[in-house]
Parts: sequence; C-alpha cells; structure tokens
Amino acid sequence: MPNKIETRNLNFYYGPHQALFDNNLSVEKNTIMAVIGPSGCGKSTHLRIYNRIFELYRGQRVTGEVLIDGRNILDDSVDVLDLRRKVGMIFQKPTPFPMSVFDNVAYPLKLHFKLSKSETADRVEAALRGASIWDEVKNKLRSSGLALSGGQQQRLCIARAIAAEPEILLMDEPTSAIDPVATLKIEELMVELKRNFTIVIVTHNMQQAARISDNTAFFYKGTIIETGRTEEMFTHPHNPKTEEYITGRFG
Amino acid sequence: MRPRTLFFRTQKDRAIRAFSALAVLLAVGVMLWILYTVVRFGAPAIRFGFLIHASKPFGIADGGIANAILGTLLITAGAALLAVPPAICAGIYLAEFPDHPRISAALRFSANVMMGMPSVLVGLFVYMIMVMPSGNFSGFAASVSLAIIMFPVVMRTTEDMLGMVPYALRESALALGMTRMRTTLCIVCRSAKNGLLTGILLALSRVSGETAPLLFTAMFSDSWPTGYFSEPTANLPVLITEYATNSPFESMQRAGWGAALVVTALVLCINLGARIFFREKKNAQ
Repeated sequence: MPNKIETRNLNFYYGPHQALFDNNLSVEKNTIMAVIGPSGCGKSTHLRIYNRIFELYRGQRVTGEVLIDGRNILDDSVDVLDLRRKVGMIFQKPTPFPMSVFDNVAYPLKLHFKLSKSETADRVEAALRGASIWDEVKNKLRSSGLALSGGQQQRLCIARAIAAEPEILLMDEPTSAIDPVATLKIEELMVELKRNFTIVIVTHNMQQAARISDNTAFFYKGTIIETGRTEEMFTHPHNPKTEEYITGRFG
Repeated sequence: MRPRTLFFRTQKDRAIRAFSALAVLLAVGVMLWILYTVVRFGAPAIRFGFLIHASKPFGIADGGIANAILGTLLITAGAALLAVPPAICAGIYLAEFPDHPRISAALRFSANVMMGMPSVLVGLFVYMIMVMPSGNFSGFAASVSLAIIMFPVVMRTTEDMLGMVPYALRESALALGMTRMRTTLCIVCRSAKNGLLTGILLALSRVSGETAPLLFTAMFSDSWPTGYFSEPTANLPVLITEYATNSPFESMQRAGWGAALVVTALVLCINLGARIFFREKKNAQ
C-alpha cells in the first residue's frame, strides 16, 4: 500500500521554542492513524502542519518535508487554498457556521466548484449521508446549524469537511467535547470514512485509538517515540515509555 | 486548632452586600428620578400638533418640534453613514490582522484619546474646518462632528465583538480553503453580526443626544431641514438648550421639556433595540 502522507525530519518552532523534533511518520492510504501522547507533547502541532493552518500565526515556523502523494506541501509553489480542499480538518469543538444546516455543507462546495442548484443539493445530501446525519437533519435543512446538539454539530462539521471531496481528513480530538453515545456514532463513522479518505486523528482517549485506528504513533515531548500497527503497540510496545503511557502510568 | 469566630466574617459579608445594594439603588434611583422629571414636565407638552408642526420663532405660540425631530434623525443618520463603514473596517483590522502590533497599538491609543476628548472640542474643530471656510452652518457639518465622536466607539466595540468569535471558527473556515478576507467577512463578521449591530446602536444612542458639537455646526433653525448641506438645521438637543436657557416664555420652556421627553424616548428605543439584538445573539449561541 502506498503512503499517502510521509513526513521527513519535521521540526517545528513557536518563535524561539522548538516544539517538534525530527518527526518522521508515514500514513498509508485509506487507513486511520491515531496520534497519542500526553498533553503538550506536540500532537496537534504536528497535525496542524498537514494543512498549513499554523501559518495563520506569526512566529510559527517549520522545517523538513511533508509529502502528500509524493509532493512536498510545505513548498512555496503549493497553493494553500487548494491544499486545504484536499486536506480537510475537524476540530475539538464543533464549529458550525452561523447559517443553515444546508448552507453549512453547501459553502465549501460553492467555494471550490461550479455547480447547478440540483447538483449542489445532491452533493449536500451525499455529504450529510456520508456523515451519518442525514436522517436527523433532512427535515430541518433550513434551520440554523447552531441549533443542533453537540454531537450532531460535530457530524455536520464532518459533512462540511467531506463535501468538497478531500483525500485526507485531519481530526484534532474530535470527540473530546462530546458525550459518549455521540462519540460512539462518530467512531463508527470514522471507520466508514476510511474507505474513501485517509484519516489522521489526534486523541487523548487510548481506548478510542485502540478501537478505530490501524496504526498508532506515540508522541512524547515533541518526538515520535514509537509508531506501528495499533494491535501491536497496545499489546507489545517496544519502548518502555510507550508502555508506561498506554498502561496509564503517566500522561 | 482553635476555630476562628465567624462573627467578623459574617458582618463583613453583610456590610459589603449592603453597600452594593445601596450603590445599585443609587444608580437606578437617579435614572428613575431623571425619567420621572422628564415625563412630569415633558408630558403636558406632548400633543399631536406639537409632534407634526415646525418650531416657531421666540414668542410665537403653538410651535411644534417636528422639524427638530426630523433634523436630529437626519444628522444622526448622516453621522452613522459617515462613521460606521470606516469604523467597522478599522475594527476588523484590529481584531483580525494583528500582523503589525505597532500600527494596532497606535490606532487603539488614538481611539482612546478620541473617546476621552470633550465633545465641545470636536464641535470647535469641525467649526474651524467646515463652518468657517464655507461661511455656513449645516446639518452635514453636525453629522461630521458626531461621526468623529462615533468612530472610536464603533471601532472598539467591533474589535471586542470580533474578538469574542472563537478562534476555532476562523480556523475551520480557513481549513476549508477560504481566503482570509472571505473568512473575515462571510464567517467571522456574520457570526458577530448582532454584536456589531448592538455596538452601532449604542454609539448612535450616545451621539443622538450630543449638544455641544451641534451648537457649533448645525446651530438651529425654525424651518424644515431642507438645507441639510448648507443651512442651519433644526435639531432636538439645541432646541432644548435654547428653549430651556434662553427663552423667557413659559410656553417655550414647556416645549423644551417636551423635546427632552422625545429625545429620551428616542434614546430608550435605540437602547431597547440594542438589547433585543444582543439577546437574540445569546440565544443563538
């Protein structure tokens, strides 16, 4: 299986403070990569390089390479708007736009494609179905996205992220602000989604990583300590630090 | 260990609570007192004719204040048109583009200075740059002076309201491949829409009662405000000042109170409007 994402010698700096040290990581196509590790170890920082969202902030700087389908997306020649169409992102807290359910999902479509009204409607429905939320919202497509429950809002955000048919989905603790039942739904959804997308998920929840991911990377103080098949990592971790973390002795 | 007696702590608690309650009573009391006075003296003047006729020169009975109401509306609307667009843009710059901290700091500092400036100074300034050179008082000059007063207020509230929009919302818009400009205008401003409207309305209610700058710019007139750009323009604050202080006629003093009541009602309406917008915003969240 070819690697969808490959990072090489990734170093990241918040001003003078170095946050990531020589991260090398490979993510296979159509798999789920779970990124775990204690708070402040650089998981989110690492993820936020993949769509270059960190560039929003002054003083944040990266060296090294992130190859997506073999192309270094940190290169200046890469158009960041196009990159972000291909690499969608889901955040910790649901962030529906202040508009209707339908318009939330139609927005990225209209942004990137020229579509007729009926095509837009079809694709919005497909995205909502893809995010397993269609049945819950099909009768309130015109009401505000902010009126949905937390779990529904998060699935709406997933629908919005997959509407423009990206290839990669980045998820930054997507269920940490959501109740257990809704979390379960989103986990089932992620396993569905990996048929069409490559997923990288940052999670604090080790059971979640074990349940859904194919591979796991363990971060500690900005360094990738260990990476490998999830079953293997959770049953026979090679590094004692990994073992300590996944058995709950620190973190 | 010997337990400390609770006596002093409870007494202190009681004293502070009593003090706060007193402060609240004082604030609300003064407001009610003012309202009572305005209504008591103003209400007898309010008649249908009073509200639809133009004012008349000193000493002539049965004048109305309709020209002044209209003039005040015109002057305030003009001020809003002049001040709001640039103020919103400046607020957006402060909240969304912190790339040049020095420029932002300078902008904030000058806004604070402008907010602290006595409005009579603003009036004098506009008098010097507009009224003197042209030789005419005008409603437009009044709008300019009120716009100068409004600008920093709207700019700062815009910055504050946009600052309340969670960062994750901007990031998720950008993460979908939107440009900064689109994110700002279509997502962030839309999200803060009610807050922005509230800020504008509060600034409007503040300037709609401003008197000092109007004395130097709009002056007063007994005719309808048809010469907004080139002639003295009737308005409520100056009408109140003139009728209450410069007129020996009791009927005019009564009319002044009536005008005061109308201004108060106007400001109250704007404030209530602002509150309704703000409440809607809270419900939406």
